[in-house]
Formats: sequence, structure tokens, C-alpha cells
Amino acid sequence: MKDIIIVGGGVIGAFIARYLSQYDAKILVLEKENDVGDVTSMANSAIVHSGDDPVPGTLKAKFNVLGNAMFDQVSKELDVSFSRVGSMNLAFDEAQLPLLEELRDRAEKNGVPYKMLGKEEILAIEPNVSPSVVAGILCPTAGIVNPFTLTVHAMENACDNGVELHLNEPVLGIERQGDHFLVETPEENYTCRMVINAAGLSSAKVAAMIEPIDWTITPRKGEYYVLDHYGPGLVKHVLFPLPTKKGKGVLVTMTTSMNYLVGPSSEFVQSEEDLATDTLTLNEVKAQAKAMVPGIPFSQQIRVFAGLRSTPSTKDFIIESSKTYREFINVAGIESPGLASAPAIGKYVAEELAAQILGLKKKESWNPCIRPYIHLQLMTQAKKNALIHEDPSFGDMVCNCEKVSVGEINDALHRSVPCLTIKAVKKRTRAGFGKCQGGFCQPRVLLLLAQRYGISPLEVLYGRERSEVLEEEVKK
Amino acid sequence: MKHVDLVIVGGGSAGMAAAVSAYDAGVKDILLLERSPYLGGILNQCIHNGFGLHEFKEELTGPEFLTRFVHQVEERHIPYETKASVLSIKKSKIVTYVSPKGSFEVQAKAIIVATGCYERSAGAISMPGERPAGVITAGQAQLYLNQYGYLVGKRVFILGSGDIGLIMARRMTLEGAKVLGVAELMPYSNGLNRNIQQCLKDFDIPLYLSHTVTNVIGKGKLEAIEISEVDEKKNPIPGTEKRFEVDTLMLSIGLIPNCALLDKAGAKIGPARGAEVDDSLMTTIPGIFTCGNVLHVHDLVDYVVEEGKVAGKNAASYILGTLEEGPKVATKAGDGIGYVVPGSVALGAEGDVSLKFRCRAPRKNVYLFVKQGEKVIKKLYKLAMIPSEMEIIKIPRKALENNQEPLEVSLVAKEDADHVR
Repeated sequence: MKDIIIVGGGVIGAFIARYLSQYDAKILVLEKENDVGDVTSMANSAIVHSGDDPVPGTLKAKFNVLGNAMFDQVSKELDVSFSRVGSMNLAFDEAQLPLLEELRDRAEKNGVPYKMLGKEEILAIEPNVSPSVVAGILCPTAGIVNPFTLTVHAMENACDNGVELHLNEPVLGIERQGDHFLVETPEENYTCRMVINAAGLSSAKVAAMIEPIDWTITPRKGEYYVLDHYGPGLVKHVLFPLPTKKGKGVLVTMTTSMNYLVGPSSEFVQSEEDLATDTLTLNEVKAQAKAMVPGIPFSQQIRVFAGLRSTPSTKDFIIESSKTYREFINVAGIESPGLASAPAIGKYVAEELAAQILGLKKKESWNPCIRPYIHLQLMTQAKKNALIHEDPSFGDMVCNCEKVSVGEINDALHRSVPCLTIKAVKKRTRAGFGKCQGGFCQPRVLLLLAQRYGISPLEVLYGRERSEVLEEEVKK
Repeated sequence: MKHVDLVIVGGGSAGMAAAVSAYDAGVKDILLLERSPYLGGILNQCIHNGFGLHEFKEELTGPEFLTRFVHQVEERHIPYETKASVLSIKKSKIVTYVSPKGSFEVQAKAIIVATGCYERSAGAISMPGERPAGVITAGQAQLYLNQYGYLVGKRVFILGSGDIGLIMARRMTLEGAKVLGVAELMPYSNGLNRNIQQCLKDFDIPLYLSHTVTNVIGKGKLEAIEISEVDEKKNPIPGTEKRFEVDTLMLSIGLIPNCALLDKAGAKIGPARGAEVDDSLMTTIPGIFTCGNVLHVHDLVDYVVEEGKVAGKNAASYILGTLEEGPKVATKAGDGIGYVVPGSVALGAEGDVSLKFRCRAPRKNVYLFVKQGEKVIKKLYKLAMIPSEMEIIKIPRKALENNQEPLEVSLVAKEDADHVR
């Protein structure tokens, strides 16, 4: 019997697992994909919002502000790139000024620091913003984060502290049996005292496994452009237009790896699997971004992608026990500002809900830090040299665009969270994230995976199931 | 910190040719850095023939061609390191690199950057649809096949008629794959004519001109693609969709100079997406030179080698203090011309001026003009020109005037040109 099963290994499941790992309890995370953080947590704006936008009094406002404040510490403990670059919401028309004032009121009520800016101030700080800008609000606490390692490292920290993680294991059914739950997967039937539903896009389906629910989750697609890192200077802050009913609008920002990110669009879709991009939508994203920052060098574009937000019918995060069972907790509808809220949601669900309901006791020792990763690029010359002399694989560069060595990839392949695919390596190390998009380095990454798991290169997956890269070996 | 006269970044054909020519020009203290385990760069995976017709007057495979240069490097005992990845180049000509031997900083007197190019990817062209495995650049498929011994798929469609894609159409057919077709966005092919004949027509592989991929379907592995015809503005025409069930979509949609090191060092980047250079092939950073596909993408390795030799010789002159530093004349891509390399020409240097350029679109029956202001320096009739063929034109240096007027290359239709003197 497990104490707690967490359904879903996205950023929310990972942070719940991390804070639950403080307690003396048997915890299992079930993730249907072959990597953690592989759906919504992977494809988003990578922004730690300040909390100026959510409606005051909502869970979104509460957890966004609380979560934002946790990021300095969490990013250090989990060795995740994070930078408080600040955000600006910009008005480009006098008619938008009332909207800007509404935003200021919300920031005020949510307790978010802000500064109102006039046209000249904005253009002095952000010279590449369109001169048609009228006014704006600067929120200095907003930040950018690496969303890939945020999820992976939070889960790694949980696993290092005793949490069990099963990848490739979708939950097929959940039943209440006496004082516990039976959780069915293709592998096994588990029993547990508590279920935490952090299943993202599937969270309504999982919730409905034990009782009728009166809310829905609809996938809302966002399409993005990624530009190469070609030197700083395009924008210094996360730049947004003013929010509308459709969301926060198309933003222009740098990422923690100094790329630029432009997007997202916002459109409801039918399927949880609909991750296709389309030309019309991307052209619209481009037009909106150029209205804000006319000189975006789209010639430096290296990738487009789409992500799906879990948009709840309730318009707010759903973080509570189900109606029937106190021991079945739904953590659903975590759309934007979900990434910013994740640490606070995880801490709240673990400490205020699960631990209280089950009467869990804290372990005597809990390590909030993961074993630090090696970032060759950030090391001094002397340290790099010492490391390479100790282990020459750190001087054997695999990805020349992003400067990732064999040693760094092997480190990622030998952690407590399995790293099974080329995409999983990419998310952890950035190998293949650069301008050549893996054109040169992918074969070496593939062979390192085959070697690590003792499988044939033909069996190595790019990402999802049935995504083998190679078809057959040729005649020698 | 180590001190070396000349550091060459990139041990492909351009870098090796530069090393040999700098050595022969009197600079012996050279360090050639190559990121892969072997010298030769991309030629290692180009096992087809067709290389060396200009340089060696015979037809060689890529590995044969590169081996001749490796011999030239080794005969001269030019020091080189493999598995050496350059992390940065500073304006002060400090090169930082790592290899399994350690992390190194080298102070050079001159640097030649010969880092080649990379392939444009699906993401760079906003490929519509999903992003499954099986959408792969032609060069990567070639790398898997020719260097690692694996076939990436059995039912293949190719987007783009660049030469690598054409060569891979033939190569994969010979390995037992079925190539269902090649779609080209433009109304003309972007590959060399000989490749269209030898790689497509000889194997009955259809070429769909004015077509592009409008949908990619597949969650894990590629299942199918859809192509559509495009109008004059290159917009897909609804109702012209054709579906192909394939496991591989190979992209041959262009090459881009890999000049990140130069960009980050602060060199000015020119319209061909490589660094801007004068005709000694020196960038806007004194003492840093560049050549080969990182300067501009070439069609033939023979021309890459020729350019490498120019960079090597001039870097040697720079180190020896004999490089001409007199006034320069800028070049300009005029009507019908995509870009001109070099970006400027030194008036007082030796030898003829070599201008390299491509036309923007296919042209027939045109005059090619090289003018400085109103002065026509060269007028040349061309029956046909295509963007996929780089043009090289030589003009006598003494014809240049020391004034502010740029040296302009342009195309004029024959009937209009007959009025121009």
C-alpha cells in the first residue's frame, strides 16, 4: 500500500512530490509520457509572472504571488536557471489606458510591486519597442526560468528524497475500496491512501474516475517562435501587450539561455494531442509581436512549437479535495500563471492539504538540494581544466551550438529521474536546442543513449513512443 | 597562455587549404583546430564523387579529396588538434577551446575562421503541422547513413531541391528506400543540373516545382505529409493538396554560414550571412580572417579550397606585416544580384580582384555589369544565370578608381543593355 499516488509528472506533480518528500510516506508518481514535464510544462512562455494580472482574491493571484517569491531559493536549491528580469505591459493606444489602469489596480490589490512608465521612460529602457507606445507598467519581480530543468530537477529532488517515479504508466481507472483507493495502470493495480490528481490536460478525466464533476478542462493552444541567441539587446524585459479576454497576449522575451521567444497565440482546440502549428496562426503571432517590437530579426528563427494550456471552465485554479473524498485531491486547471505558481502550489498541497489530511510526520532529514549539475560553460578556465583532466569526457564536445559535452550528457543519463530519449537529453542539457537543431550532434546523443541503456541504436526514441529515428542498419 | 602565430578554427577543406597556404607563405607556427575526431569536415560524409575537377583535374569522392589535403597538412607537419571545440574568439585574438586534453586559451597573431555552414531546419521555415521523428535534414540523414551506417527511413519525400537532397535521393534509393518525390518551392530547381539528371531523372523520381509541404502528420514517427502547389507569391493554393504516406521527410532547404563565433566576437555580418570581409578575406576585426562556407555558401569544394588559400596567404601577410592596408572601395549588389563577396576591395593590393555573387532569380539573355559610379569596368553577356550557381568574375585591380563610389555588380536585360555603353 502506498500512502500517496500523484497522477501526473508535470511541473505541478513534480513540486507536490518534492514537498511531500519531506514526510515519512510512501509516494508514487505515475506519468503517462516517457519523461516528466513533457506536455504543458515543456511548451509554454517560461515566464515567472509577477502576479499583476490575475483577478484579486483568486487562487491564481494567491499562488502566483507566493510562488514568484519562492523562486530565488528554489532555483538555487534545484540548480535551475532563473533571472528576475522584470516584465512590462505596454499600451500602444490612448484607448488602452483604462485597461492599463485596471492592470495597475490588480497589481496593487495583489501586492505586486510595480512602476508606471510613460512613453519616454519605456523607450529609454527598451529602445527597440515601437515608438507608438503610449504608456506601460513595469513589474520588477517577474522573471524568466528554464521550464525544462525546473520540472526535471524538482522531480529529481523528490526522487533523491525517496519518491518513486514510474514513467510510461497511464492511469486507466481509480476506485474507492473501503478506506483506500485502487489505482489501475497497464502495469499494475496499486492501492493507496490518497490520490493527488495533477494530470494537467487529463485532470478532468482523472477526477471523473471517482465522482461526477461539474467542471471541464479544455486544451487551449499557443504557438511560438524561437530565435537563436545572437547577442543581447533586443529586449531586456518580458514585454507584453495589455491582457485581453484571450489571455496575456503575444509576448517578446529572452529566455534563460539567451534565445528570444515570441508568442503565444491562443485558441481552444478539440484534442489534447493537437500540437500542430499552422502558418496563418504563426503569421498572426508575428504581426502582433512586430507591432510591439518592429525589429525582431525573424531571420534568426530556429524553431516553432505549440503548447497546450489546461484551461478550466471555472476560470481559476482548482486546488481542493474532491466533493466525495477528502483523500482525493484535484490540482487542476493550472494554466498561466501555473509555472510561476508551481512551487507555492506544491508546498500548499503537500503541507496544508495532504500532510494534514493523512497526519504525515516530517522526516528527520530532508535535503532540499539536488546534486549540482556541471555547467562547463560557466566554469573558470582553471576549473574547466581540472575537471577535464579528471574526466576527459567533459572536454569532448557533442553539441557545438550549445556547447554540451559527453560528460554533461552522461551526468544527465545517470540521475534519479530517467532520461530515456533524445528529447529528454535535449531538455536537460540543451544538446540539440541550437541553431542546427541537432543536425550535427543528434547521432552522438543517440549512441550515448543506446550505450547507457544497452539497447540497439535502432531502438532509441526521439521523443514520444514509436518515435524511432533509425529504420535499419545498412550492409557493412 | 599559449602563443601561436596563426590559429585556424575548422579543419575542413577551407581550414586545411588555409593552413597549407599560410605555411607555404612563411608562417610555420600554426594551430589548426577541428571539432570532430578527423580532419576533413563535411567531406567525410560525402562519399559520392564529383569533387576536385578544378583543383586536381580529376573526379574524386569527398574522402579522397579531403585525404589529399590531410596529406598536405601532414607533409608540412602543421600542428592540428581534433576533438577540439572552440568556445569563443575574442577581438584581442584569444581563442578558447576545450578538448579531451583540457581547456586552453591561445593568444594568436591572426585567426582564420573556417567553421563551415549548417542546414536550415524545419523550425526555421515554420514547417506547418506536427513535429514527429522522421523530419530530418538531408545532411543529417547523410551523416547517419555514410558515417554511422544507418538508414533513417524506407519511404521518403524530400522538400527542397538543394544538392544534398538530390544526392541523398539517389543514395537512399540505392540503399533500398523508395523516394516518392521532391518538392521545390521555387519554379526552378536549386540544385546543379547534373544532380537533377543523375539523382532524380535517372531514377524516375518526380520533381514538383512550385510546391511546398503544407502539413506534417505524425505523433511519434512521421506518418504522412501533404504538399500543395504555390502561387506566384509562394502561397499554397487550396485544393491542390497531395498526400504521401512516408516515414521520412528530408529537408534540403538551404545552408547557412555557421558564423556564431565571429558574430559573438563582434565582427560585422554581411548580406550572405557570413562576416563582412575585404578582398584579403579579413573581417571587420583586424587580423581575423574567414573563408569557405562560413563566409558564404559555395556550390563546389574546389572554390572553397581556392578561398581557403587566399585567406591563408593573406593571414600570413598580416602576421609578416606585408598586408596592404591602403584605401578600399566598397562593393554593392545591384539589380538582380543577391550578394557580393567581398564587401570591399583594397586598391593597392596585388593581383586581379575576384568578385563572387549569385543572381536573385533565374535570368536569361542578360548583361552582367561591373561598374564603379558611371564607369563600366566589365560588361559580360550571359545566356542564362541561376541562383544555385555562384558566379566568379575577375576584374583588373588597376581599373578601380580611388573615389567614394562603390563597385556595383548588376544585371540588365539584353534589350535594355544594348543602350548602355
